[in-house]
Amino acid sequence: MPKNIDQFNIVIKGVGGQGLITLLQIIAEAALSEGYSVRTSELHGLSQRGGSVEVHIRFGKKIYSPIVAQGKADLILGLEMQEGLRGAPFSNKKTKFLINKQINSIALGKSFSEKELLSIFKKFTGNITLVPASDICRAKLGTDVVSGIYLISLAVSKKLVPLKSASVLKAIKKIIPAKYLELNLKTFNLAKS
Amino acid sequence: MEELLLNKTGKKLILLGNEAIVRGALESGVNFVSTYPGTPASEIGNTFFRIAKDVGVYFEFSTNEKVALEAAIGASFSGLKTLVAMKNFGLNVCLDALIPFAYTGTKGANVIIIADDPSCHSSAQSEENSRFVADAAHIPVLEPADPQECLDFTKLGFQISEKFKIPVIIRTTTRVAHQKMPVVLGPMPNVKTKKGVFIKDVRRFVTLPPRVLEMKQELLDKIKKIRELSEKSEINKIEGKKKAKTGIVASGVAYLYVKEALKELDLDLPVLKLGFFYPLPKEKFKNFIKGLDKVLVVEELEGFIEQVTFFLAKIANPEIKIFGKNLLPEIGELRTEIVVSAVAKFADIEYKTQDTKYKIPVSKRSPMLCPGCPYWLVISAIKKAVDVKKVIFGGEIGCYMLFGNSPINLQDYLSCMGSSVGIAHGIKKATNQKLITFVGDSSFFHSGIPPLINTVFNKSNPLIIILNNQTTAMTGHQPHPAAPVVPDGIKIENIVRACGVKYVKTIDQVNQEEMTQTIKEFLEKDEVSVIIANRPCIFVAKKNA
Repeated sequence: MPKNIDQFNIVIKGVGGQGLITLLQIIAEAALSEGYSVRTSELHGLSQRGGSVEVHIRFGKKIYSPIVAQGKADLILGLEMQEGLRGAPFSNKKTKFLINKQINSIALGKSFSEKELLSIFKKFTGNITLVPASDICRAKLGTDVVSGIYLISLAVSKKLVPLKSASVLKAIKKIIPAKYLELNLKTFNLAKS
Repeated sequence: MEELLLNKTGKKLILLGNEAIVRGALESGVNFVSTYPGTPASEIGNTFFRIAKDVGVYFEFSTNEKVALEAAIGASFSGLKTLVAMKNFGLNVCLDALIPFAYTGTKGANVIIIADDPSCHSSAQSEENSRFVADAAHIPVLEPADPQECLDFTKLGFQISEKFKIPVIIRTTTRVAHQKMPVVLGPMPNVKTKKGVFIKDVRRFVTLPPRVLEMKQELLDKIKKIRELSEKSEINKIEGKKKAKTGIVASGVAYLYVKEALKELDLDLPVLKLGFFYPLPKEKFKNFIKGLDKVLVVEELEGFIEQVTFFLAKIANPEIKIFGKNLLPEIGELRTEIVVSAVAKFADIEYKTQDTKYKIPVSKRSPMLCPGCPYWLVISAIKKAVDVKKVIFGGEIGCYMLFGNSPINLQDYLSCMGSSVGIAHGIKKATNQKLITFVGDSSFFHSGIPPLINTVFNKSNPLIIILNNQTTAMTGHQPHPAAPVVPDGIKIENIVRACGVKYVKTIDQVNQEEMTQTIKEFLEKDEVSVIIANRPCIFVAKKNA
């Protein structure tokens, strides 16, 4: 990837409680440390009660709007498959999807199987990477609370985000409270390996 | 020490718009901060709650926005620098105190933050545009577009207030308040906890006729002077191409979308970016539109600036074509793609919008009461006690407005805070129907007590269930007067009894049998009855464990 990119747009989709705002902080901090202009947008309030959550992170030479325009995302990170699917309006043909192989059922709504969801995804994108981040984190670390950290660490090491691994690591150390840092660093290393 | 408090001029910190406001207030040497929580303004209070003691600032969560403003008025009259923060609906609550405050003016500087929520991301009752207050109250209103401007405009607000002895409003919107970007810090003054002095001055602090009309004149004179400042201020700036026949006017976050649109369409047009919403720099504005054939006004919600453009164009350029709400929506927030399309149409440019017609078959994930929420036990008791089809249920602002969602479906009307009891009284007076209405603990203190007294005074018999989860849960668990974290907290039951209510019971809803029986029994009373459902929010319970 070119080092000095014009703009890079990330949309993260998930459900309340998955720590999206922490991920936003980490990416924003890493982008700032590499000298980029950064803007983000998040929503607070009732969303924490199990609703859909969406955050936007944009960095590049000169960024104005804090929100990603429709069809302009470079990366859509889904912490849950159905939520990741909701990111579709932000995508174009080149947009990459990195999706956690995790399904949280929707109360009172139709819930889809993994197979069904994947076939819907494939209708509009060929750039999808499905990763069982929650399963891996549960198996190797005993908790899936860090699956978001796993995914962004993976995104960086797979060059899906044009930021240096070292900047993201530094940002994790800055943002994550001391109490949880060791777990998060383990997650980062697990994703890298 | 928190990073937000660093005394490193020129350092860049990634801040949320609301945190940048806090920093701006600290850099201005604020002494006294009061608020009632409300999204998207809540983080201002939450941040001060955390840091106030370390920085020598007095901070309080007041019982409602009017009381918060009144506290700040008292502190301002006593010479302290004050900040008040609220969401848009809070402005309505405090309007009665706000308008005379413009007349008396400030002694210590005062800045009021009002956060609007276009698209109602976290607002139930209306999509209110607080800009109306400028004309109603003659109070300067500044509109930042991003966190850097949140910091800068807060400081400017304090400077204007200090110089002209007038309160200043900073109006944000969700995408400003909840936007993050690297913000350049300014110097932190060395503020120590300060006591003010109230010096008697009846000419200044007493609004009574005939003096009050003189005060109005003084206020209008101040606004005239502030308009001169607005004319010269660099926060009302003209950017881009100098000699063009088409131009754009924008304010707040809409300006950022305009910048994106110009970049996307590879256009260079002059843009008048307004930092002042009120008083507008009319001369600068007229000069801007004088040479243009057409102008596009990009603003969220109602077209306040567009209306002014018509008025100014009549003097400056009657031939100009004015575009605004004919290309942009009046409902819902703007977004980049909406502004790009509008600018393209305005500039007669072919622009193919991205095809985004993917059918996403995934159902809506509605917010829901948390698993383990004590309100579930109230719901189950009600469903055991009554035939819900035959009872009217009054809703309110708080987590329990989720009672309106399936499968709960216990909400037949919903309006503003405190209104569930007031409206219940009206329904009971107008009909013979059974009615149960909910009010949260924080809402009860906010504005639920006067309507409760009204049910006693004017004799109606709703069953009121006060949901005491011992915190202001929805906005992030801020304390209220009966919260267990408050030493010698007030007992809700004592207030209810003192209001003259005879049928009152405090019940832990875990006792389903007692709860169910009491609901049945109280619903038959011919006077107002109150059940206080007393069980902490799971987050409070967790904290205390």
